[in-house]
Amino acid sequence: MLPFLFEWVWDMGHYVFHGALWVVLSIIGMGMTFCIIKSVVDTMQGKHGHDEHH
Amino acid sequence: MDSALIPEGVKRCSLWKFLLALALVGAVMLWGVYAMLLCWIKGLNQTNMNDYYGFALWIWADLAVIALGGGAFFTGLLKYVFGKDQLKYIINYAVLIGFICYSSAQLILGIDVGQPLRGWFIFWHANVHSMLTEVAFCLTCYFIVLTIEYIPLALDNRQIQKVPFFANLTHNMHSAMAVFAATGAFLSFFHQGSLGGVSGVLFGRPFSFREHILIWPYTFFLFTWSAAAFGPSFTLFVTWLTEKITRKKLVKDEVIHMVAKISGWMIFTYIIAKSIDTLYWMFATAPSQGLQWSFFYQNNPLYGKWILFTEIIICGFLPGLLLIFKATRENPTTRVAALVLGIVGVCLNRWVMVLQTLAAPVMPFDSWVMYIPSWQEVATTILPITYGIILIMISHRYLPIFPQERELNPIDTPDAPEAAELPEPAPAVVAEGQSA
Repeated sequence: MLPFLFEWVWDMGHYVFHGALWVVLSIIGMGMTFCIIKSVVDTMQGKHGHDEHH
Repeated sequence: MDSALIPEGVKRCSLWKFLLALALVGAVMLWGVYAMLLCWIKGLNQTNMNDYYGFALWIWADLAVIALGGGAFFTGLLKYVFGKDQLKYIINYAVLIGFICYSSAQLILGIDVGQPLRGWFIFWHANVHSMLTEVAFCLTCYFIVLTIEYIPLALDNRQIQKVPFFANLTHNMHSAMAVFAATGAFLSFFHQGSLGGVSGVLFGRPFSFREHILIWPYTFFLFTWSAAAFGPSFTLFVTWLTEKITRKKLVKDEVIHMVAKISGWMIFTYIIAKSIDTLYWMFATAPSQGLQWSFFYQNNPLYGKWILFTEIIICGFLPGLLLIFKATRENPTTRVAALVLGIVGVCLNRWVMVLQTLAAPVMPFDSWVMYIPSWQEVATTILPITYGIILIMISHRYLPIFPQERELNPIDTPDAPEAAELPEPAPAVVAEGQSA
């Protein structure tokens, strides 16, 4: 799973499988981080998403 | 007693009736939990699996719920990539059903692996030449995506919305949902396909072995196609069931008809592709390995040609056509019959591609062995169904899952006009600017 593990090989299979996995995990992680940080900032600015949303 | 938690402008049954229903389903669930603990504590000797049925009831259930949960990714794909905006009225429920299906699949796998504590090995010591590794990666990531899609729906409870941070988080997650939905569609394409690919690459199992396009056997594409075709049918069926149980209209007919039409065309095109694939296997692939296709349907009491006929004609072409033609699509009886046939068809397909594939004898000394699951296997397969029912009950009671419910079921009280005028709750997966 990680390049420093003994079984890691720099070949096409590892590039494709693990590359895709880490890209997807990064998108999910960055997306959620953005949402949480923006929500904290919005809350500190006194916004209320409920009012805007409904 | 819990009225403060119930969405505004909708009516729910009394709390005691709700708790009684929860207790009844919960009792069945406890039976499943007991069987699950038996399997974990005593081991897989609690099952009737053997050398011919190493993949048995659990793996069939796994593949079936993953196919039926395909409504979530395909509805998201249609809404965000193809711009079918009307789907916002049913996408919450598709997400909830998908979440239940995928969490159920993981629960079943957790029992089936026998050593759940070593479940992380497939990630840490990944075999990059295995289709199942791809399945494990995509399945886990997609379950994370479904959880992210479900969170704003759960946060939409009106008491939670009073907390500014959660209200903002709900709003911001709605805004970013297109990214998550597109990621989910990408992941679904690969894990649905790889589940089919597992059977297609087995050159030692001529019943399921198929020709390839690059590294992917035809079954790869057929599995993805069938999940996209039958998944929306399952969403519609569960919606219909929910409407019958709650005795309410929850989604407008035009939305139901649109999803049914899409599902019908997907089923019809899928079953044509499946028929071509089957004919090619019958007259090219199997003979090239020195075998006649009819060999696989002989000398056993169960796996006859009727399975092929049922899967392709009765549970394939028939539901496809019933959903394509306007008259039968818009008739509730024929539509629901088509949905049920479709669901049976895709479940039958998964049974054939997993159990029949491995059970069909390949050596001269092999015999057709039959399999009857143990009660522990049955109970642990019913367990996720009860869990799904409970989650639907709680979600429906406390969350605004159906945006059209208030409009379709105005409360008949002096407050009714006020309640009916309340704005629609926004679907969980709605991009910024598109919310009601």
